[in-house]
This record gives sequence, structure tokens and C-alpha cells, in this order.
Amino acid sequence: MAKIKGAVVIDSERCKGCELCVEACPSDVLGMSPKVNTKGYHYSEMVNDDACIGCAACGYVCPDACVTVYKVRID
Amino acid sequence: MTTKEIINPANLVYDKTSILTDNVMHYCPGCSHGVVHKLIAEVIEEMGIQNKTVGVAPVGCAVFAYNYLNIDWQEAAHGRAPALATAINRLLPENVVFTYQGDGDLAAIGTAETIHACNRGENIAIFFINNAIYGMTGGQMAPTTLVGMKTATCPTGREPHLNGYPIRISNLLAELDGTCYVTRQSVHKLAAVRKAKRAIQKAFENVIAKKGTSVVEIVSTCNSGWKMTPHQSNLWMEENMFPLYPLGDLKDR
Repeated sequence: MAKIKGAVVIDSERCKGCELCVEACPSDVLGMSPKVNTKGYHYSEMVNDDACIGCAACGYVCPDACVTVYKVRID
Repeated sequence: MTTKEIINPANLVYDKTSILTDNVMHYCPGCSHGVVHKLIAEVIEEMGIQNKTVGVAPVGCAVFAYNYLNIDWQEAAHGRAPALATAINRLLPENVVFTYQGDGDLAAIGTAETIHACNRGENIAIFFINNAIYGMTGGQMAPTTLVGMKTATCPTGREPHLNGYPIRISNLLAELDGTCYVTRQSVHKLAAVRKAKRAIQKAFENVIAKKGTSVVEIVSTCNSGWKMTPHQSNLWMEENMFPLYPLGDLKDR
């Protein structure tokens, strides 16, 4: 069966750490980084890469447009 | 396939639209304003109307909206965005004019301008962000504040005998003959964001088709004003705001 695999890139400098993407992700891919950006916010990042299905739910709910989503179909 | 291999322009499914500038928005983390800005930008890009769209910025949290969308903007005096949009639209009828207003701007100081612009059926789109509080000035009671909701100026909760009742301004505007499309949406979840985007697109299409005034109310969160986390605010909004401000189309003709 074809498998969908996705990847998310967060613009860590734009991210304000609101965690809405973490809550929106249906596959629990995202988590908060222990590191902070130059504004002092913990930014979100992929913590469970393999689970990403590239649905872009994180991107749609992000208020700061810091999410870029990629998706491939693996046959 | 590794994550690094997937991250390739050929596999791109979602990206920041170029209409949004690279300025980092001044809104608090998790603010609904950012999502609505993004949706308006995406719709403008998809419809290819960047060069003929004129936005009218309000007074309130969104006062700096002109810094974030790469289109023409005009800043209105407090509450007067629909009046200014009327003027712009009458002078430049081929342009797509919209106002972007919060509940303090649209439902309090600008009620008269809003109602009369809608009643005249001005050919504009009005995007109304309703978060039931005055965000910019520090979380005071707004006309849209819920009964019993605590704010800086009603610390024990809004009491109807003292402060009146929350105003459902979209229901009021839907009664007017000048409006062609009045809808209430939200942007707290993926499905809601998609519906809100369709509503915004429809509002712009109505302006281009010169059908009259379109009003898109977005029931929003103000996590700083409500003193909650962004996620808690979303849950609180679902539980408390949606019963009073139910989502859906109020008018479509």
C-alpha cells in the first residue's frame, strides 16, 4: 500500500511558542524545543519525524506563518 | 526516505504566502489575528488581486495590519473604517476594498459607521474579529463580552443589569437589505480555518461581482486578555462563545 510521509520545517525565529501546532497535529509529531530563539521563546520542532503524514494541520493553525510542510508518496 | 530527503521544493504542500511580509507580527503568541491575516493574504494571492486590493486598517490590536500584508492600505480613525472604505470604493470602483476590524472598533465606537455602510450596501468586505474583549488596551469589557465573563473593567463578571447584554452584531447586520453575505466563522481548528478561508474568498468574490456588503465575523481568542494559554482559550471559546455566537452563514444571497 502506498504510504504518505511528510516533513515539517518550522521557522524557529518567527515562532512564538504558542503550541497551537502541537495541539493541532493529529499524529503527535511536533513538540517544543528545550532551546529558545533570540526572542526567548521555546519554538516547536519535529520530535517524532516518522509519524508525520504531511496533512499541514500545523501550518493552517499557525498564527505566525512559520510552518512549511512537505509531503511524498512512497509506493 | 529520510526527513532531509522529503524537504525538497518538489514536495512542498504548504508554505507562507508571499503576500505576507517577512515582518514578524506584533500579536501575542497564539493570537487569532495572525491566522486571519494569513488567510486574507492567501486568498488575495490565489485570486491574483494583489495589485487592486485596498485594505482599511482599524484601531485596536490590528492597527499595524498594514505592516504585514503587501497590498495598499489606509489607516482609519477609530471605528471609521467602513466610512473610509466607502470613500475609497466610490472613488476607485474597480478596486477590491475591505476593512479589517475588531469588536472594539466595529461593535463599539464604529457601530454607526458599520450599520450605515452595510445599510447603504457599499461594495466592500468587512472582516470582523470578535474576541469579546478589548485586547490592545488591556482586556477591558467590550460590547461583545459574554454575560458573567470577567474582564479588567468587570472583575466580578459582566452583569446585564449594570452592563447590558452582549451584542450579536452580525445578526443585526444580516437584517439589513444592503448586506449580501453575512457569516460567522472561527479559526481554531484545521476544518474551521478552511471554512473561514472559503468565507473570506466568497466575500472578495462578492466585492468583485459588486453584490453589496459582505461581512465575515471571525469568533476569535484573546489568550492574553482572557488570561489563558492559547490552547485553553480555544477550548474556552468552543464552550462559552459558540453557544452565543454560533458559527455558520447568517445570510447569503
